[in-house]
Amino acid sequence: MANNEYDAIVVGSGISGGWAAKELTEKGLKVLMLERGKNIEHITDYKNAHKERWDFPHRDMPTQQMKEDFPVLKRGYPLNESTYGMWASDKDSPYVEDKKYNWFRSHNVGGRSLLWGRQSYRLNVEDFLANKKEGIAVDWPIRYQDLAPWYDYTERFAGISGSKDGLDVLPDGQFQPPMDLTCVEKDVAKRIQKSFGGARHLIPGRTSNMTQAKPEEGRTACQYRSKCWHGCPFGAYFSTQSSTLPAAMKTGNLTLRPFSIVKEVLYDKDKKRATGVMVIDAETNETIEYKSKIIFLNASSFNSTWILMNSATDIWQGGLGSSSGELGHNVMDHHFRVGASATVEGYEDKYTFGRRPSGYYIPRFRNWGSDKRDYLRGFGYQGGSGRSGWQRNVAEMKLGADLKNAISEPGSWNIGMTAFGEILPDHSNRIYLNHQVKDKWGLPVLAMDVELKENDFKMRKDMQQDAIDMFEAAGLKNVSGFDNDYAPGQGIHEMGTARMGRDPKTSVLNGYNQVWDAKNVFVTDGACMTSASCVNPSLTYMALTARAADFAVQELNRRNL
Amino acid sequence: MERRDLLKMIAAATSTGFVCRFASAYDIRPPVELKDTGFSNADVALLNEVGETIIPRTNTPGAKDANVGAAMAVIVADCYTDTQKSIFKAGMKALNGRSQTEYKTEFTAMSSENKLALLTELDAEAKQHINEQKGKGEDKQPHYFTLFKQLVLFTFFTSEKGANEVLRHVSIPGKYDGEYPYKKGDRAWYR
Repeated sequence: MANNEYDAIVVGSGISGGWAAKELTEKGLKVLMLERGKNIEHITDYKNAHKERWDFPHRDMPTQQMKEDFPVLKRGYPLNESTYGMWASDKDSPYVEDKKYNWFRSHNVGGRSLLWGRQSYRLNVEDFLANKKEGIAVDWPIRYQDLAPWYDYTERFAGISGSKDGLDVLPDGQFQPPMDLTCVEKDVAKRIQKSFGGARHLIPGRTSNMTQAKPEEGRTACQYRSKCWHGCPFGAYFSTQSSTLPAAMKTGNLTLRPFSIVKEVLYDKDKKRATGVMVIDAETNETIEYKSKIIFLNASSFNSTWILMNSATDIWQGGLGSSSGELGHNVMDHHFRVGASATVEGYEDKYTFGRRPSGYYIPRFRNWGSDKRDYLRGFGYQGGSGRSGWQRNVAEMKLGADLKNAISEPGSWNIGMTAFGEILPDHSNRIYLNHQVKDKWGLPVLAMDVELKENDFKMRKDMQQDAIDMFEAAGLKNVSGFDNDYAPGQGIHEMGTARMGRDPKTSVLNGYNQVWDAKNVFVTDGACMTSASCVNPSLTYMALTARAADFAVQELNRRNL
Repeated sequence: MERRDLLKMIAAATSTGFVCRFASAYDIRPPVELKDTGFSNADVALLNEVGETIIPRTNTPGAKDANVGAAMAVIVADCYTDTQKSIFKAGMKALNGRSQTEYKTEFTAMSSENKLALLTELDAEAKQHINEQKGKGEDKQPHYFTLFKQLVLFTFFTSEKGANEVLRHVSIPGKYDGEYPYKKGDRAWYR
């Protein structure tokens, strides 16, 4: 048993787990990082890294067999040949949909850090105040100022490119130079700025794709291949593998154990603290106990909560953290797939070079400053532009050489954007354990009971109309709005279910992400979010994790944990 | 000594972190043989002729150079729904039926001019079909020539020859320029 003792256990190896491992090992702790899936070695395991479409048997398209094997994944864009094996098996790890819920998971070392959208934005001052001001859910136990130095710290290390725009709604950070906007985007930005009295801004996307190398970390700047999801052999975007894992490994303090499904946190009711975790080996089904002084749950929002629900059930029927009545509740995501597209006249002497793995961003402007709507909160837009290719409709063109020549040249410029809207924390949006359905390892699965509410539907109208209005104001042609429908989870920004708060009666975690009922257990992934903001959340998980890890080590040194 | 203890010792000795076990990720999808597609060499030849009529060799390679027929067979066999598959296969029969009726020969044996004339006819019929199907909800079924044409374009422009010799492709651009100069006649980037 002695060999199974560590200073800290980190459950999960994705974006937040990688940060926890890095911070804790660098501060001298012996850390065991547990990952339920298989290992993926940086670069050497990116077997498709240099492949092109023609190198895949079906040109990277999903087969009918793949659709059958991945009934959930096929609902979204990620089912393809280049990332085959990277997404969790819907069959091995099922869940129950009381209401339709799209849960896209990756059970591998690195988790979804290898498969994320890489857009990296800070929450703003108001994001941390909105719940309190509006009487929604509970107040965040922290303010922007508490997190700002940790945003600085994580941005510098992760490598975020972006422009400094001086906007309160989207605080600036420690950025590398931004990726270029297209000539069309630059002009549309100017026209939007002018048409809306300087209240709306089109800026380069802030992304964890680096524009400057970090030779000290063996990372190269982005090569503009736009093959991020194949795994980047240049280490140009932030992933566990490219960034936090090598740093943690370098300390000599990290042990990484793949194929380790954490079944529960072990809890000592007399000392009111966790003593370790129970692991099921995913390959052998062997059960193993690991002990530690502190535990970081970074298993992804819902799986961290799943672990809590399965822990200390002899004391609390609903599991560790359920004494608040909020464990599993307040599920959030970003609702999207609504926006507009347009064609752009002119710019025929301009094109693009390179494949930019990012786009432009329009920060929130609704319910901001003096703007007031009939709903709460707001949304931001992500978009891109470019000249159309062979896929464009040339129905009038005759078959043969004419058609071939025509579509071998670029067509007109197009621009499009989709809005990402904030979903309010609502107690009735919840996940819970379904004991009737079991996964491959005989463990109970989650049931999803989540839906959009009135606030979201009202917001979606603006999300479409504002996009149309901006493109029309910019003088674009064929402006057409779209609402391609959305099911919760589709944003792959699942948040909440173990929220931070100021009162153990109404929240699962305190202001340092400690479980109120077991102070040596920290949850620093998306589960901890008290509200969702409308910006992509991963950067905030990084900052929260680094902050909590710093606090945890201080508390250990003070012998408080 | 337990295996894990051994690993721990190695880790301590090298004073670096370690990973307990290794396995594969980014699973390589196996190539598909023609015999597993249900299509024959003759079918592939027919699809290549259809492809070449739509995207002929000019001063750059055409559909046959890119062997679109083989790629089409694999995609139809594995990626199409059963309905799409039967429309596609019936379409291949129908095409030869038309060439027999109208030109008294198999499609592959026709002259390039006649092939183009026949496919142009079918292209018009397919467009007509799309108009007729407008408003039909779930019952909407594509015309076989629409499937042919879409798949020829897709397999051609995602082929190595199509990307590199007809379009332009730089596998590692190394930089990004959002207002790169363009003059009429410059080829589109493959992407």
